[in-house]
Amino acid sequence: MCRLALKTASEAFSPYEVLTAMEAMQEGYDGSGLGLLLRGISFVDYKYRNSDPILSGIAHTEGALHRLHDFMQARGYQLKYDHEFDVNASLVEAQDRHKYFVRVYGTPDSVKALSQEELEAQYMHTRLDLRQDGLDNDADLTVFSFWPDVVTIKEVGWPLDVGNALGLSDGRVKARVVMAQGRQNTNYGINLYACHPFFIQGIATMTNGENTAFVPIKEYLTGMHHPGYIGYQSDSEVFAHILHYVTKQLKLPIEAYKHVITPLRTEELNVHPQGDFLRGLRNACRRFIIDGPNCVIGTMPDETCIMVQDGKKMRPGTIGGKPGEWAMASEMCGVDAMIPDRDRSLDFQPMRENMIIVSPDRKEFKIWSQFSPFPLHQAA
Amino acid sequence: MVSIQSIPSTPSSLTHIDLQWIVKHREDRCTLCGKCTSVCPREAIYLTYRRQRMPKLDILRKQRGSEYRTFTGVRQRMAKANRCIGCGMCASVCPNEAIAPVPNGNDARVRMMQNEKGEAATRGGRRNVRYSLLDKVMFNRISMLTDPALDAGRHEFELNTLLGRVLAPDEYLRRKLAGEWIPPVREIFPFVIGSMSFGALSPNMWLGLLQGVAYCNEVLGIPVVMATGEGGCPPWVLKSPYLKYIILQIASGYFGWDEIIRAIPEMQCEPAAIEIKYGQGAKPGDGGLLMWFKVSKLIARLRGVPEGVDLPSPPVHQTLYSIEESVMKMIQSLSMAWGFKVPVYPKISASTSAKAVLNNLVRNPYASALLIDGVDGGTGAAYNVSMDATGHPIASCLRDCYLDLAKQGKQNEIPIFAAGGVGKNGNVTQNGMALIMMGASGVHIGKYIMQSAAGCLGSERNRCNVCNIGICPKGITSQNPKLYRRLDPDKVAERVADTFMAIRTEMKKIMAPLGRSQSLPIGMSDAIGIEDADAAKRLNIKYIC
Ligand code: SF4
Ligand code: SF4
Repeated sequence: MCRLALKTASEAFSPYEVLTAMEAMQEGYDGSGLGLLLRGISFVDYKYRNSDPILSGIAHTEGALHRLHDFMQARGYQLKYDHEFDVNASLVEAQDRHKYFVRVYGTPDSVKALSQEELEAQYMHTRLDLRQDGLDNDADLTVFSFWPDVVTIKEVGWPLDVGNALGLSDGRVKARVVMAQGRQNTNYGINLYACHPFFIQGIATMTNGENTAFVPIKEYLTGMHHPGYIGYQSDSEVFAHILHYVTKQLKLPIEAYKHVITPLRTEELNVHPQGDFLRGLRNACRRFIIDGPNCVIGTMPDETCIMVQDGKKMRPGTIGGKPGEWAMASEMCGVDAMIPDRDRSLDFQPMRENMIIVSPDRKEFKIWSQFSPFPLHQAA
Repeated sequence: MVSIQSIPSTPSSLTHIDLQWIVKHREDRCTLCGKCTSVCPREAIYLTYRRQRMPKLDILRKQRGSEYRTFTGVRQRMAKANRCIGCGMCASVCPNEAIAPVPNGNDARVRMMQNEKGEAATRGGRRNVRYSLLDKVMFNRISMLTDPALDAGRHEFELNTLLGRVLAPDEYLRRKLAGEWIPPVREIFPFVIGSMSFGALSPNMWLGLLQGVAYCNEVLGIPVVMATGEGGCPPWVLKSPYLKYIILQIASGYFGWDEIIRAIPEMQCEPAAIEIKYGQGAKPGDGGLLMWFKVSKLIARLRGVPEGVDLPSPPVHQTLYSIEESVMKMIQSLSMAWGFKVPVYPKISASTSAKAVLNNLVRNPYASALLIDGVDGGTGAAYNVSMDATGHPIASCLRDCYLDLAKQGKQNEIPIFAAGGVGKNGNVTQNGMALIMMGASGVHIGKYIMQSAAGCLGSERNRCNVCNIGICPKGITSQNPKLYRRLDPDKVAERVADTFMAIRTEMKKIMAPLGRSQSLPIGMSDAIGIEDADAAKRLNIKYIC
């Protein structure tokens, strides 16, 4: 089964720390792929301003890199910094990786003048257009994210090997939030778009387990004709899109995500203080009910981190840590490896009704329960 | 050879090998109790005497001769009106297994004669075709590795579905915030007892069903609902708390609606929903038909008509100008009658034009659902040709409609219910779940529940199927007290409960290996496959072999 590890800390740290921690979770794991998503970025070689968008992906050919360059220039994005990984190609199993790019751009004034919503749409369209451009050219360009303060890396292979291949141990890139997913049952033929974490407009999730309700959920998302609701090479991509839909489209607080994907049962809603509202929400979002087993770990643009289980709770996740530093993992030993010096008695495994929320101040983690009142005045 | 006039043969003369069912009677076992002849709904058999030759051989005198004796036995009648329908009641009452109908392996010429006086053949039942495409659907997305299969016996399953218009999430939030009207939605068990009218069914059958449904809801926690069919609902039910388990149907004859409307102020609760029948799968293009045999005093009172007259409903809702207008106005006015608190949906026969109706409903804010009834649906009375040759199978019609909704992102808004042939060969849960995974929010079962809960003898070999003429041998579809007293409502209720408990278990047994338990797998088309390449292509599901 896939391995999930997330660390969030007030002080930026190297993503390599999380990769070494993943070694602890190797038992029973075939380690065939890695996805990394970093937030709260700092580069040793460059003073990064966190409102500048960062483009992450892989150019598989020289030609693709040129097209990428021309494309961004034509749209008025100024290349400010091009992060060069110290690549050791011999450690990468795939042979067609011309360049892993992490590029910081200056946003053109015309785009800066847009409203926040338009700006976000603009970033998303830029990513999607580049992705399409790659697909139209023999898949020679893979784009994972284009967003301020977010770096994404995905590659096939044993997670630590991938980290070594990219020289992540040198500490030249650091982040305050690192999401890492070690994939299971992956092979070289895999489409890298099928690798977690999935990303859309600043929102990212990673999941383990299978999503047995995938097809109906995918059909519903696709039917919304939202330009970003595409892909679905992996059954887990829908978790990111649902989180996006709930928080960005419906503009509901993050807790609503839990009520949407794993609503309470009718008997439970009948005695819930906002049962009437939540029953309606459950009905309206019925096609988003997930059917795991899954542990979903997500992060938001403001560095809030969440963890939830599906209703069957057959994929437990654990959170542990201390003020200023928290770790979530699919295996308890992963938390141990990420933050060994903590009070383990305070570790927590969320139950079916819980959502773990670590807010950006990282003072504590909140165990929110679906049985508690819903934090929305309109629901009252 | 003798001249033709001297033997009793007319163009329509029949003998037993011309009939569909031949009654085999074993003289050696018969004790002449007469039970078979008295139970036979057709008077197809009678006790009679025959002369029997006893060969006699006098060995000493080397002489052969004959002696004769008279004996009594059971014989089959040849008149069409008395033709055996293969119901098997005679066999079931015979204490000595001396009698039983057997299907005629020969050509049953009687089929060519069923048009006397220019009357085309009518009957009850469903299309006389035993094949069922739904039986061929397999659930083949088995969870094994990263998603372990579930324990059907111990795990908790969400099996219910929604009946009612479900708003799009953003629209729901907008209206909730603005305090606007939210359409009513019922949480029900996805297997619904389909519309069978209080005239078509006997009072005992109806009572048994209702008791069973109440038991399922109140004791077993299975929220089963049943639909009335055209012809109203007994007043005591209208004013009872059981009304919430009932979908009231209004059809083109509007029978029974005076009573219903008058009862509204006295209703203790709202009905589960209102079904407007525009079409029926078994006999598309026909209105309901209650033949005079069945219009008893009670039925006449409920429907507000004189006793003993044929009650044909027109094929369309006459008061309205066009179907679109009809759908819109009727849905709106019926919603209004209950203060917009009861879901109102149309029932149509499956057809190549079903998508047009559906799209019309999508734009009607008061439309709550759509029920599509396929060609294999049953009926109490219809022309044979309508039943056998008119209509459209449910699977492809449902699938087209669902995929069309999905393309518009409306599949959660207008639930589609499917009917017509669910459980035809006994595989009720398998058939129903196959339709659900193709996109139905639930299914309606009529014939199956009559067979399962009341022992209906009808089959697609044209066994029995005399529901139209009031002689139902089991007392299910008769208004004759002598017949319907054969049916004990308590026993029917018990069987209804048995049936739904078994369906619930089977649903879990289907969902568990698919790793589904948190919601009904509506539209989970990746979980099904069919051993028929053409059907797979047409239905956009996997072909398996
Ligand atoms: S099978 Fe039915 S119709 Fe035929 S003889 Fe027996 S009781 Fe009568
Ligand atoms: S048993 Fe009754 S309901 Fe069933 S087919 Fe015969 S007449 Fe119809």
